[in-house]
Amino acid sequence: MLKNVSLTQQGAHAGAPPGKRRKTWISRELHHFKNNRELFLLSLPGILYKLIFAYIPMIGLIIAFKNYRYDLGIFGSKWVGLDNFRYLFTTDTAWRITRNTVLYNTAYILVGTSAALLLAILMNEIKAKWSKFYQTALFLPHFLSWVLVGYVAYAFLNHSDGFINRTLESFGLEPVSWYQNAAPWPVILILAQLWKVVGFNTLIYFAGIIGINSEYYEAARIDGATKRQMAFKITIPLMAPIIIIMLILSIGNMFRGDFGLHYFIPNNSGFLYGSTDIIDTYVYRALREVGNVSMSAATGFYQSVVGLVLVLSANAIVRKINPDNSLW
Amino acid sequence: MARKFEFSKLFINLLFTVLSLIVILPFLLVIAVSLTDEKALTQNGYQFIPTSFSLDAYRYLLDAPDILLRAYGVTLTVTVIGSLTGLLLTAMTAYVISRQDYRYNRVTTFYVFFTMLFSGGLVPSYILITQYLHLKDSLWALILPILLSPFNIMVMKGFMSKIPHEIIESAKIDGAREFRIFFRIILPLSTPALATLGLLISFTYWNEWFNAMLYIDDPNKVPLQLLLVRTLNSIEFLTTNSEFTGQLGIDLASFPNSSARMAIAVLAGGPMVVIFPFFQRFFVKGLTVGSLKG
Repeated sequence: MLKNVSLTQQGAHAGAPPGKRRKTWISRELHHFKNNRELFLLSLPGILYKLIFAYIPMIGLIIAFKNYRYDLGIFGSKWVGLDNFRYLFTTDTAWRITRNTVLYNTAYILVGTSAALLLAILMNEIKAKWSKFYQTALFLPHFLSWVLVGYVAYAFLNHSDGFINRTLESFGLEPVSWYQNAAPWPVILILAQLWKVVGFNTLIYFAGIIGINSEYYEAARIDGATKRQMAFKITIPLMAPIIIIMLILSIGNMFRGDFGLHYFIPNNSGFLYGSTDIIDTYVYRALREVGNVSMSAATGFYQSVVGLVLVLSANAIVRKINPDNSLW
Repeated sequence: MARKFEFSKLFINLLFTVLSLIVILPFLLVIAVSLTDEKALTQNGYQFIPTSFSLDAYRYLLDAPDILLRAYGVTLTVTVIGSLTGLLLTAMTAYVISRQDYRYNRVTTFYVFFTMLFSGGLVPSYILITQYLHLKDSLWALILPILLSPFNIMVMKGFMSKIPHEIIESAKIDGAREFRIFFRIILPLSTPALATLGLLISFTYWNEWFNAMLYIDDPNKVPLQLLLVRTLNSIEFLTTNSEFTGQLGIDLASFPNSSARMAIAVLAGGPMVVIFPFFQRFFVKGLTVGSLKG
């Protein structure tokens, strides 16, 4: 109230000498805003976009606490408290999809990071001309959709004509019903993931290695360091910031699985849900195939909240060890 | 010493050759299957070298090209509109954040970055798009949900914050306003980053299937990737539920078979595989410049 009064006074005495009356917070802010308004306008489309497509859906999370009905809408639907969560956590489903999501992501992070780092270090050892060729080859799957990779997997795993089964048969072995046999899927999925993303991650680390000042290596060479010493004493420590940022991001995504990988490679086969189903595929099926909107929302809510907690803790831990490496 | 050195190089080259083959060979299998005669496929299974070569699958698909052409049209439209709009918005937002002297720089950064950490998830977005924005069966449902990624904004910001501030200062002294500075100076200077991100964004649009699976039912608006999803699913369904097909009176022989299925995959993925090596060098540059050293 008071602020408003002084604001109008400010306006009335526009010609008054400055400093006579202490400027209020609002008028100061308005002044600053005027100076920054063009930059603000430039960012406005982005801000509005994020508002509509990222922030408004956050309000929609209340569906998780309601019994959602399309005809009543978000705000008209009845509150049910924690019923959706209670239902989710009393079945085996919550445990199964949580376990799968976390274990798969841990495996992807460990296998993926070490493989990519190793390949990047090795790539740095060979001639540029050849490394270009290898980069191109390894990078290729990154640009194809999981649907397409699903076709590739199908060509290998298909029961009657697939390459693997025909090869097994030619050695006199029994063919395997891949899409009905849950046991080998952790291995298949980890291999498929590695196959698709290792090239991209290698390139990120490789770009980081190229950026390392070559003087470090020359000095080490003069001191008689071996290649392995250089890798462990120079490359990896200097790459630590990149590795850690990538790790924090992947830990934050620990609760967010790769939908495409887990939907198209197992071909959405019901036999495999035990070992392939992750939170994301479950949420999708609950929404689109089962039509249980509230349950799907509750699972999504659970996923978002735990994901946020994970990334905040990961960052806090890193900041404690070395503030320079943290994300913020 | 020198000899040992050579040996390790040979070993590394060998390793990478093997890895490259592991990546490339599966594609060759898909191509080989699409080029094999259907009878040979059921007899010998999928093989890398076609026992009897046949273009029937492609002839079959190109005989009635409507579906495929329409899917190409949808994907192209979505890719062009999405990439151009997305790139411009990414650059605009990133530029503003990159300006250290902008008063709301930190607030905006947090506002953008937070969406990377926390999201409403699938269901609220689905309800927003279908119930409130009424975008079901609209191409906008393919474009809008992935228009602006916080990650891309951060990469672009990393690049733009390396542009010397003096350039902006001197332009201001010459009387240029912010919009002019952005469009006439910053955008041209950011060409490498724009090229890199533009490519990344257009690849994302080209490969988009998730939103298509959610929002597109209209057969006229099916993009390439959704066509692939449907082909994979429908054949699986029809071949495993033969009594159902019998009831409907569908002749299985008239449906795309193994080779035609793989041919669709080749036709959908082909352009990417052919185009991508030409642009690959930009990525190394763009990644080095953009996200890493900032």
